[in-house]
Amino acid sequence: MNSTSLLVFDVLLLVSILSLAWASLATRDARNSVILFMAFGLVLAVAWSRLMAPDVALAEAAIGSGLSGALLLAAVYRSRGQQPAAQQQSTGEHNTSAATVAARWAVTLLSAAVAGVLAWALLHASGSAPHDTLPLAIAANLDASGVSNPVTAVLLNFRAYDTLLELAVLLTAVLGIFALGPAAAGYRPAGPVFAGLTRWLVPLLILAAGYLLWAGAHAPGGAFQAGATLAAAGVVLRLAGRQHIGLPAGGTLRVLIAAGAGVFLTVGLVLFMTGRPFLGYPTAWAGTLILLIESAAMLAIAATLVLAFVGGRPQAAGTPAHTAGAKPVPGNPGKE
Amino acid sequence: MADILAAILILAGLFFYLAGSIGLLRLPDLYSRLHALTKADNLGLGLLVAGLAVHAQDLLTALKLVLIWLAVLAASAASSHLIAQHAHRQEAED
Repeated sequence: MNSTSLLVFDVLLLVSILSLAWASLATRDARNSVILFMAFGLVLAVAWSRLMAPDVALAEAAIGSGLSGALLLAAVYRSRGQQPAAQQQSTGEHNTSAATVAARWAVTLLSAAVAGVLAWALLHASGSAPHDTLPLAIAANLDASGVSNPVTAVLLNFRAYDTLLELAVLLTAVLGIFALGPAAAGYRPAGPVFAGLTRWLVPLLILAAGYLLWAGAHAPGGAFQAGATLAAAGVVLRLAGRQHIGLPAGGTLRVLIAAGAGVFLTVGLVLFMTGRPFLGYPTAWAGTLILLIESAAMLAIAATLVLAFVGGRPQAAGTPAHTAGAKPVPGNPGKE
Repeated sequence: MADILAAILILAGLFFYLAGSIGLLRLPDLYSRLHALTKADNLGLGLLVAGLAVHAQDLLTALKLVLIWLAVLAASAASSHLIAQHAHRQEAED
């Protein structure tokens, strides 16, 4: 393809990203806004792959658009279920109080300031130092990292500390979710069409997650994308009204959630005690250790995301969901 | 030769996408919009995938593309059914 047609494509991409972002913010109806946000995420994923960042594109499509969209939609339906329809009509109209206007201006000014700083940083960076020193350093050390995908090498080896802290953030998020109390009851059982879709979609998602985890060592993929794909299987099961959405019960669930940061930290500390730097893998073991950490991280990430979708501490096994939790959320596409 | 075939298939696919999008914008109610969208887009994606498969480097890539098409087919058929069913129920409630 020649460069002119690619330029046309890029401009179209840019225009659709900006207009979808604007439409999502300007839409009054929360559900439409979320749907536009999901479309925005998908187009953004295409933009990332145009920027030759397939790892980010996968993460944006799976987490930024798919799971965030599912979370936001669930939140919209839940908030609609809690307030009468008439009250909801009026909330849109009364949003123009002085405090709201002030908040909007504050957000606008803050966004403009952030954009200004970013633009200044971009100008500053492109003018001064050569920008390819970091990729060169990564390429030079890739052989010692245990994987051949440079993104995984950075995330799980060169800057493993960052990823450990990210997993700790997820662990903190689960504590917040558990603090919300018992989860609402699941949706009503799906009809035959959705149940049929679930039967082959869930195994396919689990297979895809395993593939993404394994492929992360040498191709785009990794624990976060795999975890999001695995979580999507849980979300589908939840929407289909299944009692068991892939999460283990009680103590096992706690172990699973802590596994991501836990295995990471254990590997780091064991290496530290044997006289190596914290998370400084020996080259011969690096590949195995990264796979071990990523497998645990994938399970923890998936469990965290499913719990976020469920929105509370899951019911103890054997408890009938309809009596223990809140009322079912209305507006579920799969209800019978 | 393969390039020309790929181009024809992709252009035909784009035509069905265009038809589906016009249907989505112009048709009067939800059911006929769904009808336009799912039928035309599934065929459009099929032709697009066929074009890309002809253009693909090897058989494995072509097979992956066909798998993607089959997955989208099943998912869009099921989801359009769910949307239609939900709308039908809401009409019945009103």
